[in-house]
Amino acid sequence: MVAYILKRVAGSIAILLLIMVVTFLLMNAIPGSPFLTEKSTPEQIALAEAKYGLDKPLYVQLWNYIKNYCVGDLGTSLKMQEGTPVKDIIFHQGKFALSIKLGACALVIAVLIGIPLGCIAAYYRGSWIDGLLRVLTTVGVAVPTFVLAALLLVVFSVNLNWFPTLSGSLPDAKSYVLPVISLSFYYTCYIAKLMRTSMLDAIHQDYIRTAKAKGVKTHILVLKHALRNSLIPVITYLGPVLAGIITGSFVVESTFSIPGLGKYFVQCVLSRDYPVIMATTVVLSALVIFMMLIVDITYKLVDPRITLTAKEE
Amino acid sequence: MEENKPLLKVQDLKVSFFTPAGEVKAVDGISYTLGYNEVMGIVGESGSGKSVEAYSIIGLLQDPGKVTGGSIEFEGEDVLAFTPAQMRQFRGNKVSMIFQNPMTCLNPVYTIGNQLTEALTCHDSSISKEEAKKRAIEMLELVGINNAEKRMNQYPHEFSGGMRQRAMIAMALICSPKLLIADEPTTALDVTIQAQILELMKSLQKKENTSIIFITHNLGVVAEICDRVTVMYAGRIVEQGKVNDIFYRPQHPYTKGLLTSIPRLDEDGLERLIPIEGTPIDLLDPPKGCSFGPRCSQCMKICLREKPPFAEVGEEHISACWLHFRDGLPKGDEV
Repeated sequence: MVAYILKRVAGSIAILLLIMVVTFLLMNAIPGSPFLTEKSTPEQIALAEAKYGLDKPLYVQLWNYIKNYCVGDLGTSLKMQEGTPVKDIIFHQGKFALSIKLGACALVIAVLIGIPLGCIAAYYRGSWIDGLLRVLTTVGVAVPTFVLAALLLVVFSVNLNWFPTLSGSLPDAKSYVLPVISLSFYYTCYIAKLMRTSMLDAIHQDYIRTAKAKGVKTHILVLKHALRNSLIPVITYLGPVLAGIITGSFVVESTFSIPGLGKYFVQCVLSRDYPVIMATTVVLSALVIFMMLIVDITYKLVDPRITLTAKEE
Repeated sequence: MEENKPLLKVQDLKVSFFTPAGEVKAVDGISYTLGYNEVMGIVGESGSGKSVEAYSIIGLLQDPGKVTGGSIEFEGEDVLAFTPAQMRQFRGNKVSMIFQNPMTCLNPVYTIGNQLTEALTCHDSSISKEEAKKRAIEMLELVGINNAEKRMNQYPHEFSGGMRQRAMIAMALICSPKLLIADEPTTALDVTIQAQILELMKSLQKKENTSIIFITHNLGVVAEICDRVTVMYAGRIVEQGKVNDIFYRPQHPYTKGLLTSIPRLDEDGLERLIPIEGTPIDLLDPPKGCSFGPRCSQCMKICLREKPPFAEVGEEHISACWLHFRDGLPKGDEV
């Protein structure tokens, strides 16, 4: 297991390097420059670019990035907060923490509500409960986040005045409610759908019949024998969910005016703030890669048939 | 065998599947009794209703299957009237079942030990963990699994097919049930393993005094293990008798057909196998008369018109065929 994790970490570093290269090339492929404004003259731009090393050949710039990242230097912001180290922007100004808090809440809600809903729908398949859940989850998967977020905002904040319109830095529990619902609703519904299908499949397996023939109680049948077997597809889905929740939080963070990383990420792309783009991408990628590792280890815990290391010949 | 007090008494049992295309009478009025310590084989081709009949004893009929008539009595208790909770206590405890495919019948994500002890603990919550484990190890040893203690902590995928069926048998017998229903337990295994499993079941049956209903389409297996044989065709019993009578003095044309269609090792090898012509009937639209009539080489007029009654053709040997009543039929019906 330890050897496996070490191997994965080594692989992760290689993937991060690749992500850096691709991100660097992509952001240089976008036309424009951080210093391009209506008033700036070509001389001013050239001067600014020379100051930050943007006039050097691309491979030199890339090499500088990689070199600096190896010693933990993420560079300084060019535009958004000129001169501030990127590390401070991401970690110390609470942006990262804010997005993670929001994302973690949404993920937990999606799992804790989605999985039971899926089980209930599968257990009562064909009944009105199943029908109701099917309608609800289909709507949930179909409605875009920005529509849902706006709708929640209008109904519960503006009209009913139950929750604040501006969630800000999430000062209290109340300010979490609407952003977390908006962010998790799609995933909750998708997980519920996935779980229902997977559970139905498990319920019809031979080992369920065996357990029934043994005289196992119904709730144990579902919660012990069927649930664990039907979790694999859901766990597989959780890796991409995390990526989606973090990057997808842009819409939610904008709607509820939360100064998180998702919102910041999009803004820095728009203003061509290269070092910030690079740093946010790498940090988010590292997070997703880490989650994938967790997912793979969870597989092993859920299903003993899965081997993490390649079998010895 | 205690003749006067049967363990299981099935009377005029009818099971139907209500499909969108109409009612399928999978089991159409079968009756039999099973004594203590007796092994009965139920033989028939696919779709003859042999498994459905067994599943209704243990309450495992799948939707849209439903018992539509008749009764099942187990030690005098009406099984069909059980509440779900009573049924749950009944299953695994008094009657247990082993299935056709041991590869898929064990839960892949729990250890063998976990699944064995679960069979105990779900019927007796007072049993301690150590005790359950001890009993499970005993059972594994009884069914011939070596290193039982180590095997307890292994998962089904670490077992071979034959070993899994052994584990299934151990699981089925762990509560010392009075009746074991074996639904084609050797069909999915290769021949040498088949023989081992049969041998094991035979010896366990003697040791534990369990009655067995052995469902199979393999007549060789029946000869090996059964005391009595019930031959089913299209949801009805066509012939029933002691194993020797069925094999050496078959009376029903269907049974005769089955016996001539299997290869035999003890006769001069060059004998032709004679298959039964035609295909099983469509249960959605069964014929009015004898179900086997359309395929029977000795079919008479009356066979296509009326269902044949049972004729006592020997001691404890019955056969449902108009041929046995041929002499008493009105003129013109016997051709």
